[in-house]
Amino acid sequence: MMDSYLNISEFTKVYSSPRGDVHALERIDLDIDEGQFVSILGPSGCGKSTLLKCVAGLESGTRGQIRFDGEVLDGPPQGLGMVFQRDLLVDWRTILENVMITAEFMELDQKIAKKEAMRLLELFGLAGFEHHRPWELSGGMRQRAAICRALVGNPRLLLMDEPFGALDAMTRDELNLELQHIWLQSKKTLLFVTHSIQEAVFLSDRVIVMSRNPARVIEDVRIDLPRPRTLSTRGSAAFGQYVIELQTLFERVGVFKGE
Amino acid sequence: MLRIWQSTEAARTFLAVILGCILLWEICVLVLKLPEFLVPSPVTVFHEFSKKPEFYFKNSLSTLWVSLGGFGLALLAGLVLSIGIIRSIWLERTLYTLLVGLNSLPKVALAPLFVIWFGTGSTSKMAVVISIAIFPIVIGTVLGLRSIDPDLINMARAMRAPQKQILWKLRFPQALPSLLSGMKVSISLALVGTVVGEFIAGNNGLGSTILAAQGAFDTTQVFVCIVLLGVLGAILFYAIDLVERYLIPWHPSHREHKKCAASPQHTGNATTAVV
Repeated sequence: MMDSYLNISEFTKVYSSPRGDVHALERIDLDIDEGQFVSILGPSGCGKSTLLKCVAGLESGTRGQIRFDGEVLDGPPQGLGMVFQRDLLVDWRTILENVMITAEFMELDQKIAKKEAMRLLELFGLAGFEHHRPWELSGGMRQRAAICRALVGNPRLLLMDEPFGALDAMTRDELNLELQHIWLQSKKTLLFVTHSIQEAVFLSDRVIVMSRNPARVIEDVRIDLPRPRTLSTRGSAAFGQYVIELQTLFERVGVFKGE
Repeated sequence: MLRIWQSTEAARTFLAVILGCILLWEICVLVLKLPEFLVPSPVTVFHEFSKKPEFYFKNSLSTLWVSLGGFGLALLAGLVLSIGIIRSIWLERTLYTLLVGLNSLPKVALAPLFVIWFGTGSTSKMAVVISIAIFPIVIGTVLGLRSIDPDLINMARAMRAPQKQILWKLRFPQALPSLLSGMKVSISLALVGTVVGEFIAGNNGLGSTILAAQGAFDTTQVFVCIVLLGVLGAILFYAIDLVERYLIPWHPSHREHKKCAASPQHTGNATTAVV
């Protein structure tokens, strides 16, 4: 257990609100290996984003602990990359300058970082846009730039909080493929929060399923589908089996009650 | 040639409106036969100005200097206060509350007090200016520094960015539009403050010239000063506007023309991404 790359044990987070204590996270136990693509799947309000913020060291828990690469977390660890639902690009910087803000914050070598930034921008189809302003780009392109910003510091752990939640379905498919491509190249440990069952199955090695009230892990599903997965993978019987399995799970805990 | 004509459209419209107003003023005076000691005609006003331009120039400069000096000090103090208020809850509870309370006080009432404290030189005039001009700056800056997206801060914190960098690279640029709109209000108020100061404690400047002319029942001279104050006010306001265009060209209020500049042939390439 001590050997796992990211270890979350007995992690509980309780907010106190005027109407009593809110259990945002209830005794979470998780072990994640280096290089794994893990999705955290759950309905909105199940605490999955809170869990991600805690893993990032941005918030602390009430009980339990998180160990990353052997060290107990106390604030954001070194070598973290984070992508949020909104791209969070700032309007006063060009796309390249937005990506380079990572290098400034992490105090990296500017020359090397710039080379890496240009390589990433090209990889994500943003070559020729590096001197554009964020508002001149589409939502999908902006989110691509945000991913480049997270990757430019060559993070050991990449955390993504519903990164494609605000995009249209087609752009989302594109970005799913691009993310898989870059992950297969770099094999970074990736924690991906989503509320889309299809997206979780498509991308992950493992899907951690969370329920709401109480906010806890109810299932840990390994996805055994060959990589690289393509859009036609989603039409395969095995893929459908996983989706149905997860849906049934949510029905059991009362998420799809209305259906 | 055509381009120059098109690019000056805003300026030409403005000029036409001003000339129209002056013409209307002249016509009213002529048609209504208004006596000169009540409303002098624009021609009379201009004639009065051209008799001793260096006198008016000198007084305008004095007013401009006090306004700009007071405004500059208010800006400096306002920025320091705002950063303090943002960074310390204690300062926010004490200073910010106090400032908001003081803001509801009519600052004109303070002017005589400043004369008692600082005498009748430019110090007391600048004190009036600062007391009026500082509020919009503090309120604008504090609002701007506060209305930052918490996730933007989270993003920076996840990269272990030092607090100083977060302030200068995220909070401050984000606050600039709000600070600049505070400055626009503030610069106009600075001119008001200067005239109030000159009314009470001055032997030079347009404000004291107005007061002296009133004593002599020289309405024409009062009008010259009022027109000059209008010109000064417009210059000061547009100076801030220019600074704004330079500092925040990325802001939605300044970028309409730039949006069309994004080359359309690139947009096609973007969709053919890595895969």
